[in-house]
Amino acid sequence: MIFGEGIEQTIIEDLKMWDYSEKVKDHFFNPKNAGAVENANAIGEVGSISCGDALRLTLRVNDDSEIIEEAGFQTFGCGSAIASSSVLTEIIKGMTVDEALTVSNQDIAAELDGLPPEKMHCSVMGREALQAAIANFRGEVWKDDHEEGALICKCFAIDEPMIEEMIWANKLGTVEDVTNFTKAGGGCAACHEDIEGILERVLKERGESFDPSAEATVKVTEEPKKAPLTNLQRIKRIEMVLEALRPQLMADGGDVELVEVEGNTVYVNMTGACSGCQMAAMTIAGIQQRLMEEMGEFLKVVPASQMATAGA
Amino acid sequence: MTDIYLDNNATTKVDPLAINAMMPFFSEQYGNPSSIHKFADGVAKAIKTARKQVQDLIGAEHDSEIIFTSCGTESDSTAILSALKAQPNRKEIITTAVEHPAILNLCEYLEKDGYTIHRMPVDKVGRLNLEAYKNMLSDQVAIVSVMWANNETGNIFPVEQMAEMAHEAGIMFHTDAVQAVGKIAMNLKQTKIDMLSLSGHKLHAPKGIGVLYLRRGTRYRPLLRGGHQERGRRAGTENTASIVALGKACELAQEHIEYENTQVKALRDRLERGIIEQVPHSFITGDINNRLPNTTDIAFEYIEGEAILMLLNKAGIAASSGSACTSGSLEPSHVMRAMDIPYTAAHGTIRFSFSRFNKMSEVDEVLKVMPQIAATLRKLSPYWDSLTNEPVADPEKAFAPTYA
Repeated sequence: MIFGEGIEQTIIEDLKMWDYSEKVKDHFFNPKNAGAVENANAIGEVGSISCGDALRLTLRVNDDSEIIEEAGFQTFGCGSAIASSSVLTEIIKGMTVDEALTVSNQDIAAELDGLPPEKMHCSVMGREALQAAIANFRGEVWKDDHEEGALICKCFAIDEPMIEEMIWANKLGTVEDVTNFTKAGGGCAACHEDIEGILERVLKERGESFDPSAEATVKVTEEPKKAPLTNLQRIKRIEMVLEALRPQLMADGGDVELVEVEGNTVYVNMTGACSGCQMAAMTIAGIQQRLMEEMGEFLKVVPASQMATAGA
Repeated sequence: MTDIYLDNNATTKVDPLAINAMMPFFSEQYGNPSSIHKFADGVAKAIKTARKQVQDLIGAEHDSEIIFTSCGTESDSTAILSALKAQPNRKEIITTAVEHPAILNLCEYLEKDGYTIHRMPVDKVGRLNLEAYKNMLSDQVAIVSVMWANNETGNIFPVEQMAEMAHEAGIMFHTDAVQAVGKIAMNLKQTKIDMLSLSGHKLHAPKGIGVLYLRRGTRYRPLLRGGHQERGRRAGTENTASIVALGKACELAQEHIEYENTQVKALRDRLERGIIEQVPHSFITGDINNRLPNTTDIAFEYIEGEAILMLLNKAGIAASSGSACTSGSLEPSHVMRAMDIPYTAAHGTIRFSFSRFNKMSEVDEVLKVMPQIAATLRKLSPYWDSLTNEPVADPEKAFAPTYA
């Protein structure tokens, strides 16, 4: 549906819905394991009604094997909150509680073929409900260390509390610092004004003043977890990410092929239903978003047909 | 099934007659209206006609009070920044808590620069307290900016009366009327409104064209300086084709204003009555006795707006929501918050907004699917008891998630 239905459809479709993968839509329109499990012995309730999403996860766990035999969800929330809850119950059924605890919010999002940055918190809610339910099963009290706020950086899905916390914890003083520590602002740069606003406020609370022309004050002391990729490794990884997206495109009669990587520009060939279709630009934006998330760097995806002109 | 478009407060279909009117200005009539030669002549005349058509719709005294801009937002920014620039000693702005972001975000930005912003609260149905307003008026206030009608609820504010009050206190008055123009009759020459913003695409003209009405004699400082277009009050080559289309759209709006307030209103009334009757735990937000004829905003309790929209969309119906999730923010719409609508309802508000292109059969279609959509989502909701098909007893306590 994303790649190439008629224009009538695009006119009335809410833009946000275009960002949803087929899997999200499928789990939303046909949710699995909706409702409460009878005789549940593990219940997790998380969310916040003010934020508009809340989830109750009910599990029946075998007391001896600790295998999750039944899982059910009740969700107040948007399309992706319901889809995240639904897919979570599918993932964890049949797992032991220890196995289930290793399920991350990225796993939930990945199982849905990704979520838009504004919606990643839905997958976080799923994971937290799971932790809360397992704590409940074990007779523990689950403590939430979670705080959520306005989304600042849409390229890397970083919200305000996260940025604020990093500024306090690491005595950050510039936008560049914030980007180094959180990745926020490292993409399209549209959020730099907002980041400066947060810096101004926090620095004032700290009794300092924000100097926009200051050099980055804090050097990143931690070594990056992985050694920098060689060119070849980087291209191979880009190819892997594209490979993972192909089934979804092919389901809509299209395909994508990597042609060249120059600096942070990734040239691709869109073929089949995707080439020339009015949704090609939207598709490319989706691919770019996914690549940036996976690679953790700013990348621009451009149709290979523009290679000569783009180089000029 | 053809798609049903009930999101006309977001934007409207361009009237085919407006499209016809504008087409020549993309092709043979491509002259710059500022030029001296004959290529310019017809274009300049067409703009003059359009200016007159806008003037007639809003009842301005002079056609020179009409300044063409690029959109409602530009008109809003121009109005407020002009008032501040022209009266540098006045550092306060009065507005409402339920304005469009075009006003609110600008005010928030000005606040950082040291201006004081008074955001008038509203009551539970979205009405202002004029007594409190009166007490806010002082010689420190540079401008009052109050929307004529609210985009979410359709509530109409008494801007004519408020403009009188501001005028008596010697304060400029601006109104963001993008939702009101073309839907309710207005006659600006009989009011004390100094500035008014309107936007083409809300009344069946194209996107990218707006108007700032500026009463003759109102002190003014342009936002865009440069050429002499719009008498130097808004520099930049005219968007000729869209100006012509806006003129035509205003003429058509004038012709249809009674239709809007009878036939279109009948569609709205039937839809909202049907929904309230058929869907338990739903209610209309806003001031039902004082609204735009085309708008209804209905809260569906215990379910979330984006999920409702997705199911409506699947049924071929386009509407919009004040839910947080459709905007990417976490809080529900500031309008619902300002009216103190409980969170269990504020997240589930759906706005249906009609135009003269809608039909009664479309209302029937919506009424066919809406009860089922609400029921489907409630089955998933932790606030809903599927056995009794009622909300759980004391919902906010029965389900109190771990973090807030």
